[in-house]
Amino acid sequence: MCDISLEFAGGAELLFESRKKQSVSLPPQDRPWTIDLLVKWLAKNLLKGNPEMFIHADGSGVRPGILVLINEIDWELLGGKDYRIQNNDSILFVSTLHGG
Amino acid sequence: MKSCTKCSKNIACLKRPKTGDALCRECFFDAFEQEIHWTITTFNLFSRGDYVAIAASGGKDSTVLAHLMKVLNDRYDYGLKLVLLSIDEGITGYRDDSLETVKRNELQYGIPLKILSYNDLYGWTMDKIVAAVGKKSNCTFCGVFRRQALDRGAMQLGVDKIVTGHNADDIAETVIMNVLRGDIARLQRCTSIVTGSEGLIPRSKPFKYTYEKEIVMYAHFKKLDYFSTECIYSPNAYRGHARAYIKNLELQDPLSILNIIYSGECMSLREGTKLPSKGTCSRCGYISSQEVCKACVMLEGLNKGVPRLGVGKTSKVIKKMEQLKLSEDSDRSPTKPVVSHSTTEVPSRKSSVLRETTLEW
Ligand SMILES: [Zn+2]
Ligand SMILES: [Zn+2]
Repeated sequence: MCDISLEFAGGAELLFESRKKQSVSLPPQDRPWTIDLLVKWLAKNLLKGNPEMFIHADGSGVRPGILVLINEIDWELLGGKDYRIQNNDSILFVSTLHGG
Repeated sequence: MKSCTKCSKNIACLKRPKTGDALCRECFFDAFEQEIHWTITTFNLFSRGDYVAIAASGGKDSTVLAHLMKVLNDRYDYGLKLVLLSIDEGITGYRDDSLETVKRNELQYGIPLKILSYNDLYGWTMDKIVAAVGKKSNCTFCGVFRRQALDRGAMQLGVDKIVTGHNADDIAETVIMNVLRGDIARLQRCTSIVTGSEGLIPRSKPFKYTYEKEIVMYAHFKKLDYFSTECIYSPNAYRGHARAYIKNLELQDPLSILNIIYSGECMSLREGTKLPSKGTCSRCGYISSQEVCKACVMLEGLNKGVPRLGVGKTSKVIKKMEQLKLSEDSDRSPTKPVVSHSTTEVPSRKSSVLRETTLEW
C-alpha cells in the first residue's frame, strides 16, 4: 500500500484543475514507487493541463523550474526523481514558472 | 536524512543552488535575509529618509520583496518610508485576484498600498481600449503602456526610489533574450542593479543575485501569501524558450545563472560603436528613440479617434502623424503624461545602426 498526500502550489495547481490538496492511493506494483514513476502516474491520471508544463522534456521527472518537497524537504537532498516513496509521505510540487 | 551543514543541529530542508550547502530552515532564513541586506548595503541602494515604492503585483517575487523590505528596514534601521505600488490595467476580472493579494499584503506587512489604474495614468482603461481598437491589437497597447506605468505611477506618488522583484533567473533570461534579439542598448542596461540615472527616479533590484528557487522556498517556509497566474509561457513563447533554456542549464550547474549575469556585465561596446540615439519624448519626457514615444502616439490615436495609430510600423506611423500634424498641437494633449523614463524604444531591427554594432566579450 502506498497512501500519500499530494499538494500543488505556486501555479502548479492550475495544471490539476486548481485542486491544491488531495490524498491518493498509489496502486500496488512490482517495483517501488519513485518520484519519477509518480510523475508519470500523475500525468496519466490526474493532470489536466499541458503535460509539457509538468513533465521534463525527456519524459523523466518534473520539468526544471518545478520544485518538489517531500515531507517539507527539498527533493534535491533526497535523491531527486529516484527517491523511493514511503507510505504516508506528503509530496508538494511548487511551480516557479508561473507569473504573478 | 542530512543535517544542516551550518548548525549541524537540525535536519537540512534545502539545498542552496549558489553554494550547494544543505541548510535547515532557520539557517536558510538567516543566510537569505543576510544576502539581501548585503546587496542593499554593498550597492548603496537606499539613503536614509528615502521614500521607496515597492512594485507589487501580488506574485511571489514582489510579495517576498515587500516582506523583506519591511523586515530589513525594521531590523537594520534603514530609515525608509515604504509604499506598495500596484498597477491596475483595468481589464475586468484579470487583476481581481492579484489586487486582492496585494490588499492582504498591505495589512500583513503594514505597508500602505497605492493602486494606480491605466485610467489614472493614461485616461484609458484596457477595457475601453479594447472597445476602441478591438481584441486583436490590445496586447500591443497593454505592453507599451505597462512599460511606462511603473515610472509614471512612481512620479505621481513622489517617491525617491522604486524597487522591483526581478531575481537572478529573470536577469539571466533577459541577458539571453537581448543577445538573441541583438538589442545591444538593452543588453548594456539589463544587468545593472540600479537603472534610471539622468536625474530621474532610480529603479533597483535587491534580488539581482537571488535565485528564484530560494525566493519560492522562502515564501513557502514563511507561509507568505502570494498569487500565481497562468503560465508565463503562453503570452510570450519566445521568452518561454529562453526561460526553459535557463532552467535546464541551472539543473546541470546552478552557477550558470550567475555566470550569465556576469558575462552580461562584462560585455561592453567597442569604442566608436554607434547606438541608437537616446532622445526623450517631446510629450512626456520618457526616453524614446523617436521624437514622440510610442505610448504618446497611441494615446494621441485613442484620443483623436484613430486608435490604430501606433500599432503598425514606425515609418508608417511617422507618416500618419505628419498628416495629423501631431507635433503642432502637442500642448493640447488631454492626458499630458507625467515625466518619467528608463525604457527606450526597441531600436528597429532593420536599422543600419544595429548592423554596425559589434560586441566585445
Ligand atoms: Zn541550521
Ligand atoms: Zn511620450
